[in-house]
Amino acid sequence: MAWTRKILRVDLSAGTCIPEALNMAWANEYLGQRGLATKYLAEEIDPTCDPLGPENKMIMATGPLTGTMASTGGRYSVITKSPLTGLVACSNSGGFIGAEMKNAGWDMIIFEGKAPEPVYLYVENDKAELRSAADLWGKSVWEADELLHKKHQDAQLRIACIGRSAEAGCLYAAVINDLHRAAGRSGVGTVMASKNLKAVAVRGTLGVGNIDDPKAFMDAVNAGKQVLAENAVTGQGLPTYGTQVLMNVINGMGAMPTRNMREVQFEGAENISGEAMHEPRASDGKPNLTTNAGCFGCTIACGRISTVDKGHFSVKNKPEYWGNSGGLEYEAAWALGSDTGVDDLDALTYVNFLCNEDGIDPISFGATVAAAMELYQAGAITRETTGGIDLSFGGADALVKMAELTATGEGFGKDLGLGSKRLCEKYGMPELSMTVKNQEFPAYDPRGIQGMGLAYATSNRGACHLRGYTVASEVLGIPFKTDPLVTDGKAELVKAFQDATAAVDSSGLCVFTTFAWSMENIAPQVDGACEGDWNVDRMLEVGERIWNLERDFNMRAGMTADQDTLPKRLLKEAANVGPAQGRVNDLDKMLPEYYELRGWTPEGQIKPETLNRLGLG
Amino acid sequence: MHVRLELYASLMKHLPPDAVRHRAEVEVDAGTSPHALLDRCGVPREQAHLVLRNGVFLYPEQRDDTPLEEGDVIAVWPPVAGG
Repeated sequence: MAWTRKILRVDLSAGTCIPEALNMAWANEYLGQRGLATKYLAEEIDPTCDPLGPENKMIMATGPLTGTMASTGGRYSVITKSPLTGLVACSNSGGFIGAEMKNAGWDMIIFEGKAPEPVYLYVENDKAELRSAADLWGKSVWEADELLHKKHQDAQLRIACIGRSAEAGCLYAAVINDLHRAAGRSGVGTVMASKNLKAVAVRGTLGVGNIDDPKAFMDAVNAGKQVLAENAVTGQGLPTYGTQVLMNVINGMGAMPTRNMREVQFEGAENISGEAMHEPRASDGKPNLTTNAGCFGCTIACGRISTVDKGHFSVKNKPEYWGNSGGLEYEAAWALGSDTGVDDLDALTYVNFLCNEDGIDPISFGATVAAAMELYQAGAITRETTGGIDLSFGGADALVKMAELTATGEGFGKDLGLGSKRLCEKYGMPELSMTVKNQEFPAYDPRGIQGMGLAYATSNRGACHLRGYTVASEVLGIPFKTDPLVTDGKAELVKAFQDATAAVDSSGLCVFTTFAWSMENIAPQVDGACEGDWNVDRMLEVGERIWNLERDFNMRAGMTADQDTLPKRLLKEAANVGPAQGRVNDLDKMLPEYYELRGWTPEGQIKPETLNRLGLG
Repeated sequence: MHVRLELYASLMKHLPPDAVRHRAEVEVDAGTSPHALLDRCGVPREQAHLVLRNGVFLYPEQRDDTPLEEGDVIAVWPPVAGG
């Protein structure tokens, strides 16, 4: 089985926590986590509801392999309707709380309604209760985490928590678990705050023993671990340099979005790269990077643990930031660095700490600061708007100040919490917002990586790299190399990545395994754990079903196909340097073919026969 | 002829002693191929996964028969990935 077959329904309005049986018919069609929780959401809420109203629901969901012996089997996701995009949100996180939920006996927790006063959910195996969070509200994630551990006198309690940014209404607030792992994107933390739910604290000691065929499962798991260990990317590259090794790669090929995506190469990239994190500092001879770190059950361990130079202006006289904490991943380093023109590694690391401490998505935050910097340069906002701060591109001190303000929602931080789209609209220059469906871009310029333009435009949660990471093929040659500057074949490539990723995201595994694993490695692990026949074809069909379910939800929420597009800058303003010089993203050459491959009409509507084929009719 | 060699991640150990950070300025004979340049610096060919010539990926079969030109930048990575 691998599923516990049990979910916890928490009615925050009524203050009740009631167990119920998992819908196994749906589990067989949507597997778990992203897919299964989206099915529950689509069945249980009106897609047109106010995402910050009590009628929205928020689901914390594990996959069938979460908490098992499978490598990276510690993932969970937060699924809800996003206040940033107005569409389905699914934010995936590692750390340990997902496995703890499963060990406590729960496949997922559904939160509905709104608590009259701030509360947190305490779960200890089958015991679940809402408790007052009066003393936690107004505290950062890190403060609340410490208070909860003290209160329960349990060092092994696993905690997911929102910070002050969410309480202040920042529309891209994250849910942080285990201090520095994040269900980061689309404002899932903002929804949690709207429900007066400060934290979820879980302790599970029941184990995860409900494996359908233990021998077949362990054979597949051990074979998979061997593949990860022997693969140069997952066995050596990611543990040593983390995702940040991409900084110089993407910059070198001229696909590094820079200064609000006006440019495609950043002159300071090497100062904030994965290699730079290994270089000794002039002050104390220590590198930024202390060590790597792994989430539950992970045999890759790509996580970064870093320090900031004690003498750096950002932490001077702030000893609470002198210790080790979650360091820069590539996406954060890009958004906080290249996109704002800041190449101060210590400043970026400190801001990354703040994003973890107060639950901010560093991608959306950095990109929103970048938009604000361009607004400032254009004169649409002034020092009067920013509270006296010079918001020119490249200002490390300004970036630090903006992060501190956004963390607590004070001053101009309140405006920054709107996200790039609403900020640029407020100040009369919506064309400066680099977003798709109101969500900010990640770290790959689609003028230099054409397939990513299609992946962004059609992503069900707005601009996102993790919904169809064709960078793997177009840049890294995984599983095979394609030319990043051509559009031919990219529609098929994007669809294949989107469907496979949806299945992986529903399994409890980390998508980073797919740098080494194909579905031929993953399906046998799912098959060993779960009842029924889970072969490669079925996994891919489940992925396609999930993709169409999300699309259908979005259309019912009011999304239109003309939102399957990119900002004009990327379609009209050519790249200024590098191999892509003179190129824009040729979305119009890929989108019609993509719709056809998906079984959608030329207008982007899912055809009835496609819905029927996938059991969505 | 003058070209720039950039080695990243675990390949940095193969940089010549006068390298600055990731890059070394090197003199090569006209007609030198990327593979010949890598051989000269002791970079194992099987570890040269990503080879960019002026930012453009060179497929393995191109690395023997693409003569370097004055001012070329050859940047090389082992198998890497991120997200």
